[in-house]
Amino acid sequence: MSPRWRLAVTTAAALALALGVAGYLLLVPPHSTTPALGPTIAPVLAQPGRLWFRMSAGTTHGTIASAPSGAGQAMPAPVPLHCDRFHTAGGTGVCVRSVPGPVPTSEALVTDARLVVRQRVALPGVASRARVSASGHLVAWTTFVTGDSYAQGGFSTRTGLLDLRGGNLVTSIEDIPLYRDGKRLRSPDLNYWGMTFAADDDRFYATVATNGRTYLVEGRLGRWRADVRRENVECPSLAADGNRVAFKKRVDGAKVWRLAVLDLATGRETELPGTDGVDDQALWLDDQTLAYGMAVAGGRTDIFVVHAGAATPPRLLRSDATSPAVT
Amino acid sequence: MLPASGPRPAVAGTVVALGAVSFCTDVSSEMVAAVLPLYLVVGLGLSPVQVGLLDGAQNGATALLRLAGGHLADRWRRRKLVAGIGYAMSAAAKAALVAADTAATSIGAALLLDRLGKGLRTAPRDALISLSSHPGTQGRAFGVHRAMDTAGALLGPLAALAVLAAAPGHYPAVFVASTAFAVLGLVVLAVFVTEHPAPARRAAAPVRAGIALLRRPGVPTLCVRVSLLGAVTIGDSFVYLILQRRLDFPLAWFPLLPLGVAAGYLMLAAPIGRLADRVGRWRTFLGGHTALLATYLTLAVPSAAGPLVVGVIALMGFYYAATDGVLMAAAAPLFPAELRTTGLALVQTVHALTRAVGAVAFGAAWTAWGLSAALTVAAGGAVVALLAGVIGHGRDRFPRQVTGGVR
Repeated sequence: MSPRWRLAVTTAAALALALGVAGYLLLVPPHSTTPALGPTIAPVLAQPGRLWFRMSAGTTHGTIASAPSGAGQAMPAPVPLHCDRFHTAGGTGVCVRSVPGPVPTSEALVTDARLVVRQRVALPGVASRARVSASGHLVAWTTFVTGDSYAQGGFSTRTGLLDLRGGNLVTSIEDIPLYRDGKRLRSPDLNYWGMTFAADDDRFYATVATNGRTYLVEGRLGRWRADVRRENVECPSLAADGNRVAFKKRVDGAKVWRLAVLDLATGRETELPGTDGVDDQALWLDDQTLAYGMAVAGGRTDIFVVHAGAATPPRLLRSDATSPAVT
Repeated sequence: MLPASGPRPAVAGTVVALGAVSFCTDVSSEMVAAVLPLYLVVGLGLSPVQVGLLDGAQNGATALLRLAGGHLADRWRRRKLVAGIGYAMSAAAKAALVAADTAATSIGAALLLDRLGKGLRTAPRDALISLSSHPGTQGRAFGVHRAMDTAGALLGPLAALAVLAAAPGHYPAVFVASTAFAVLGLVVLAVFVTEHPAPARRAAAPVRAGIALLRRPGVPTLCVRVSLLGAVTIGDSFVYLILQRRLDFPLAWFPLLPLGVAAGYLMLAAPIGRLADRVGRWRTFLGGHTALLATYLTLAVPSAAGPLVVGVIALMGFYYAATDGVLMAAAAPLFPAELRTTGLALVQTVHALTRAVGAVAFGAAWTAWGLSAALTVAAGGAVVALLAGVIGHGRDRFPRQVTGGVR
């Protein structure tokens, strides 16, 4: 082949490929469905009896919305807020979202009940978890950071914490003294994620991962100390009574995750059948019911609910939604 | 491929073509790498552990395939074909991501295919670079190739950003564009890269000849020295982690550190490659590890935040520019043309495995003794490995060219 031919063939290939990509962008829409929307409501996080969630389909993808809780697939009422991960409690909202740029960075927006942003925190990585304590005083988030290393793989997480009572911001809780069986645990590869708070705004639970294993840690913010409590626990979620933790654990030779509920007093664990494949920090809708988001076929994510004690299968709560929260 | 008369081009056409192939392939790979966490964690809601599993410890399989690829390329005397299979596997992996939907196992399989393709193609590609270049300009050739490769790696995330700006939240579109770049790389490979003419003689029993490579003059010494230097390399993740611990570093800037290192690597790769041809490739390789030793010392000594960050980024960029391609340029002349792919695959595997061991050992030392002690041990080890690299170097200088070599 002469140099001219080579150049011609390559140029033709580049043009054909560019046309192919452009055609794909034009012909295949990003999401299959755009939901019908209810009227935009006054953004009041304090309004009781509403289920809040992040819409995950169509052009409203990423928009936060709410609907009367218990009203099935009632039309979502959107608010002007776009997040990757959202939670609200006690009149405080937290919205973690990615910031466009050549490297993955995010921001956590902490809002009051009228969705006015009170604090903005710049974060590395991608939004993974977000939680507000029942009182609305404590806010925690986890981002997922890759690219620590240019040449190697690997990942890490950063879990941060904001106390709205004094404005104290902890950018990463990985420095908290951690103990196992009373012995101080030091490791360079400690990764925390998925915080959940007790009603006293002091006790908390979280996942810590080290050496490829995950543990439930129980911590005290006041004493700034954390203790390893149990192995194979991820994304804990403390019930309002402060006695039970819903979490996901690896089952079947660590191949799948399943939701389980741990009684903190007795140490008894109850696995919830039908929840295989869950990958979310579950949410206590009430004393008996858990809600969680899960990816389903076709690239969609739906919110399901499951009874925390009885062996009844989960049922669909809302389709094309993630990040459930109740007010 | 060099012209019979007239001024010799600085770098052979095949080297520039392979640089263009690597450029396209790296744009393709880094597009995916840039959005994959976002896609998996936000789009699909996977947890860090699950993403970590997908990322996977597939290094063992990659190392095996690398050796097998080197061996087959030499046996068939078809380096371009074997490299092409590797590039095609990675292109197929990107296309598979489009089709993978939300199934974590399918995504994991696609990522594994991508990595295996990378393992397969690296040694035959480097052998082609080496065989197409004059023995005296090996460093320059590898430097130019690595600079083009890194340019692609830096542009990939920007390309992904452009696609997501055109189609917000449309991750499959990023995978489609990534596939297009990978296919373009394949086209450039097929059209512009010429197979090095088969050497007159063929290794009689390739497997045995491959093992016999280990006994060639200079090879055992090189492998031992590279192993020692690899084993005292603590790994980028730890360097960045220590930086973050040492400083009250704004966390949001954290992802920019690897980009800074890559930018330094990009700017320095070609000039350092040329320098290596003049002052000696092994000496330059040792210079790279001296920069790494300086990185450890910089991390260990208290200093102001700004200079510390800039210093570490510059030293790490220098380290990559003076080691990655330069090692290939230093090792290539030790192996005859008919076994060069096998030889380079061997050296790459030794380097990669010992670096992995070094990172694990540093993590264990940090856990057991604390950060300062671990850094001291790493720095001490680096001094010993550097001394081992220097001692005797004057006498058993690696031969510039061996039988059956270039042209």
